[in-house]
Amino acid sequence: MEVGLMQRQWVDYTKSLFLEDFLDSQFIELQKLQDEGNPDFIVEVVSLFFEDSERLLNDLTAAFDQPDVDFQKVDGHVHQLKGSSSSIGAQRVKNVCIAMRSFCEEQNIDGCLRCLQQLKQETCLVKNKLENLFRMEQQIVAAGGSIPSTELIF
Amino acid sequence: MVMAADSQFHVLAVDDSLIDRKLIERLLKTSSYQVTTVDSGSKALEFLGLIQEHQPTNFKSSSNSSFSSPNNHHQEVEVNLIITDYCMPGMTGFDLLKKVKESTSLRNIPVVIMSSENVPSRINRCLEEGAEEFFLKPVRLCDVNKLKPHMMKTKVKEDQNREEGEEESRTETELKLVQEEEGEIEFEMMSKKRKGGTEEEEEEGLEEEMRRRRRRYNNNGVATAI
Repeated sequence: MEVGLMQRQWVDYTKSLFLEDFLDSQFIELQKLQDEGNPDFIVEVVSLFFEDSERLLNDLTAAFDQPDVDFQKVDGHVHQLKGSSSSIGAQRVKNVCIAMRSFCEEQNIDGCLRCLQQLKQETCLVKNKLENLFRMEQQIVAAGGSIPSTELIF
Repeated sequence: MVMAADSQFHVLAVDDSLIDRKLIERLLKTSSYQVTTVDSGSKALEFLGLIQEHQPTNFKSSSNSSFSSPNNHHQEVEVNLIITDYCMPGMTGFDLLKKVKESTSLRNIPVVIMSSENVPSRINRCLEEGAEEFFLKPVRLCDVNKLKPHMMKTKVKEDQNREEGEEESRTETELKLVQEEEGEIEFEMMSKKRKGGTEEEEEEGLEEEMRRRRRRYNNNGVATAI
């Protein structure tokens, strides 16, 4: 495939991630921090996020398997996930975390479980989306092209 | 005054989240600061030499200076600013702030608190306890650009302390000197090209104290030499 076409596809795909709220402006902040000296910064941080979120989602699932749900503990896990999702700009994950924390405050188990299900879905979705994005970037670089600046496409 | 050699400034970043440590480390390094990251308040105090260390800890530092275990209240490695997360298990960022401000050897080090929660009472408590700034997370480049004036202030203070050979509370003369020095810095920085100043965010819920600080550093807080 021609590099110009790959770049245009990358731009469209990136736009769709922002328009569908998978990502927010924090992701652009991360891109500002990636340079020649740190070409893998985003991939590194995003990988850390997925390791972290997998651990937290497992902990949350385990917490709701207990006969007495420890809402303080649940809130602690969700707080961490909210922090890491907002640090990488995973907006939809962050929004579900916010909703789940208020259910937690009400000690609403059904509400929390619905959110937990959504968290699993949203984390999985944004993971696939970002993996696609990184794959497209690798292909552009392999073809000798450069990644357009996200700041410029909006 | 040479503004380009920012790596002369050493920042100690404290956060229990690995992702956020990576992020703050990158933010600070992009701004050419020397960075050491630790994952807890107690490790921060250990690094600063305030508490005796029980087990050797490996500090992740961008500097080549080897960190030897301190056994007194003297700071082995110069730290020009501490930036710490508020919400951490065990010692919170607020506890760390208090410990630093209670210590005669450390209290001149500027402390900046970061938090993902916008709680005005928390912000005020930190500012009253002597924090220089309160950043809402995720921290951005435009926030990091506000750190420089605080470090410049300390440098001036340290130079004066060195001259006097003793760390004591500021006398009126010292205060006057610092203010004069600040004026100079401000002038120099204002003549630099503004960078990243467009994203000046007004966070909701910040009280007058915060706004006053913002205004005070509005002109010189955005100049960064890379």
